[in-house]
Amino acid sequence: MDGFVRVPVREQDAKVRATNFKEVCLGYNKEEAEKEAVRCLNCKNPQCVQGCPVSINIPAFIQQVKTGDVEGAYQTISKSSALPAVCGRVCPQESQCEGKCVRGIKGDAVSIGKLERYVADTAREMGILPEGAKEKKGKKVAVIGSGPSGLTCAGDLAKMGYDVTIFEALHEAGGVLVYGIPEFRLPKEAVVKKEIENVKSLGVKLETDVVIGKSVTIDDLMEKEGFEAVFIGSGAGLPRFMNIPGEQAMGVFSANEFLTRSNLMKAFDENSRTPIMRPKKCVVVGGGNVAMDAARTALRLGAEVHVVYRRGEEELPARKEEVGHAKEEGIIFDLLTNPVEIHADENGWVTGITCIRMELGEPDESGRRSPVEVPGSEFEIECDAVIMSLGTSPNPLISSTTKGLEINRRKCIVAEEATGQTSKPGVFAGGDAVTGAATVILAMGAGKAAAKGIDEYLSNK
Amino acid sequence: MFKILEANELTTNIYQMIVEAPRVAEACLPGQFLIIRVDEEGERIPLTICDYDREKGTVEIVVQAIGAETHLLSKLKAGDHLADVVGPLGKPSDLCEESIEDLKKKKIVFIAGGVGTAPVYPQAKWLKEHGVDCDVIIGAKNKDLVILEDRFKKVCNLHVTTDDGSYGRSGMVTKALQDLWDEGNKYDHCVAIGPMIMMKFVCKLTQELGIPTVVSMNPIMVDGTGMCGACRLTVDGQVKFACVDGPEFDGHKVDFDQAMNRMKLYKTEEGRLLLKAQEGDTHHGGCGNCD
Repeated sequence: MDGFVRVPVREQDAKVRATNFKEVCLGYNKEEAEKEAVRCLNCKNPQCVQGCPVSINIPAFIQQVKTGDVEGAYQTISKSSALPAVCGRVCPQESQCEGKCVRGIKGDAVSIGKLERYVADTAREMGILPEGAKEKKGKKVAVIGSGPSGLTCAGDLAKMGYDVTIFEALHEAGGVLVYGIPEFRLPKEAVVKKEIENVKSLGVKLETDVVIGKSVTIDDLMEKEGFEAVFIGSGAGLPRFMNIPGEQAMGVFSANEFLTRSNLMKAFDENSRTPIMRPKKCVVVGGGNVAMDAARTALRLGAEVHVVYRRGEEELPARKEEVGHAKEEGIIFDLLTNPVEIHADENGWVTGITCIRMELGEPDESGRRSPVEVPGSEFEIECDAVIMSLGTSPNPLISSTTKGLEINRRKCIVAEEATGQTSKPGVFAGGDAVTGAATVILAMGAGKAAAKGIDEYLSNK
Repeated sequence: MFKILEANELTTNIYQMIVEAPRVAEACLPGQFLIIRVDEEGERIPLTICDYDREKGTVEIVVQAIGAETHLLSKLKAGDHLADVVGPLGKPSDLCEESIEDLKKKKIVFIAGGVGTAPVYPQAKWLKEHGVDCDVIIGAKNKDLVILEDRFKKVCNLHVTTDDGSYGRSGMVTKALQDLWDEGNKYDHCVAIGPMIMMKFVCKLTQELGIPTVVSMNPIMVDGTGMCGACRLTVDGQVKFACVDGPEFDGHKVDFDQAMNRMKLYKTEEGRLLLKAQEGDTHHGGCGNCD
């Protein structure tokens, strides 16, 4: 190998994995990881670090992998990231660290994501924990939501010595990592639970079953329970629907519902007590990562799956790797197609969906070519389930119950990018609650910035 | 874990429990609900709050054992624990937002059916505590199925009606409402909580009588915090989520037929699981009943 090609990563065969929920990507072993690590040029001015939202010292940890020092590599990463095993799996590395790698100019970028995953997984097997704070500050901070932004913020604050409590609305911690991203991309027991335990090992407390805004308000946390600062990482919110006829028929789900039932409630397991519909033929509407997750879940539950998306292949917002995996597994893409009506039988169950062909028109102000309908091109796809994956709109539970918390026109919480500071003193926010639905790593970046912001705020108080 | 302090069977298949849940007890108001899980593998079950004690940090729930999960719940005794209790969820009743003076001017009637009697109780009790009178009509199939009667008597003017006439008035709640109206009770606010079919017919009648009517919807839910959209229903032509926009809605604007239809979604799967649970090792699925 001349260094231009990355060490390939082993995957479960597409035909086999299409029928199970085990992880698709098998990751590097020691030999593969060390071989791939050699490809890193250890640049003086590492562009990859610029591309990482949490600024991991990437060349440093890769050099440590090269010499077989996994523990050192793990401590290097965990200085910047609370969730390396998660990020190694779900970050869009191709547009971040790996997108900037100079190796990528002529050949393949270094496989940074897979190396990060190798370090995190190996460290976990060896029982290595992140290093905690040496001194306690004696100040309480509340973190709302245990998703990627909340866990990152909590982990960073705990390392600085703050007394942190995370409040989670669901019965299990992890946010989108447990209810949204499927088992076959992100194993829950082996990976997510362990990373959360690592955050807890730093001294972070976790209270599940608390809905902030309902069980207790932010004002009460600060006035009655002694929290001096609060970070809101409550995530995205209410699922969007198209408002087309037939959308309330039985067999029409939001991607959130379908994925939550399968992931959080384990409905994919036949022995689970929480049921899910097992469609025979399923249409997933949307082209993002969540749509891919829903489609690949439905496929594994035994369905023939069509992804209906109104723009073309180039415009699919999902990661290329996810689209590629979906295609390999047999998912059918009906591109430049948009639903107009869902049909149901006399008992109210979905029987099909009428779609219309689209073509890309002139670029609009944003430069994107917007799809326009081709008149008279309607056609029907027979199906017994439709999953709507059209994004979310912000949840009002916190914004409507917190005095003095400014929200913008799109009803997202307004927060400064560099510090997470909101319009309310002592209250910080980040992640999807601020940006609208985005990625795990951007939420982690926001959680990190807010931890710094909170530290500055409390140090000057 | 949330400790069960009391557990009783109120009548056939309807159970009452008092559970330690300090955060819920501290914050809840009439009209809100909570979600429980029986154990670590359990489904999330939305339940109505029947009463609460802020000082003791307890909530009282009333549940009808109809599915696999509620049957498991009904087997629990004082001293056992629930894996999860989360809430209060949903918006409090609009009555809690109105001024007491305005409420005193209104003639309010509650119509409660079956296990829906339980969530009416905290509303009537709250009104009584604020010096507001109200009428409550409880409807049940027969005398044995009337629940919470003694407690209601202390907080409202109670009218019981049974389908078979074995106790109180005779006939459905709609008949009782019509009779009371004809007897001169000109109500100007109605709250109906019970099976969807009952709420639908109450709303039909109150529309004719011109009584503004609030109903409390109990559709299928998963998270209960606005994330999954399972509980969506159409109100006045708009999609609403019962968990964050409700559970109370203007009954004259709810699309009941659609809401009732959506309740059937998991009937087959739930029934199958129930059969499996009841038959244990002898269950083989060959009888065709669970297919």
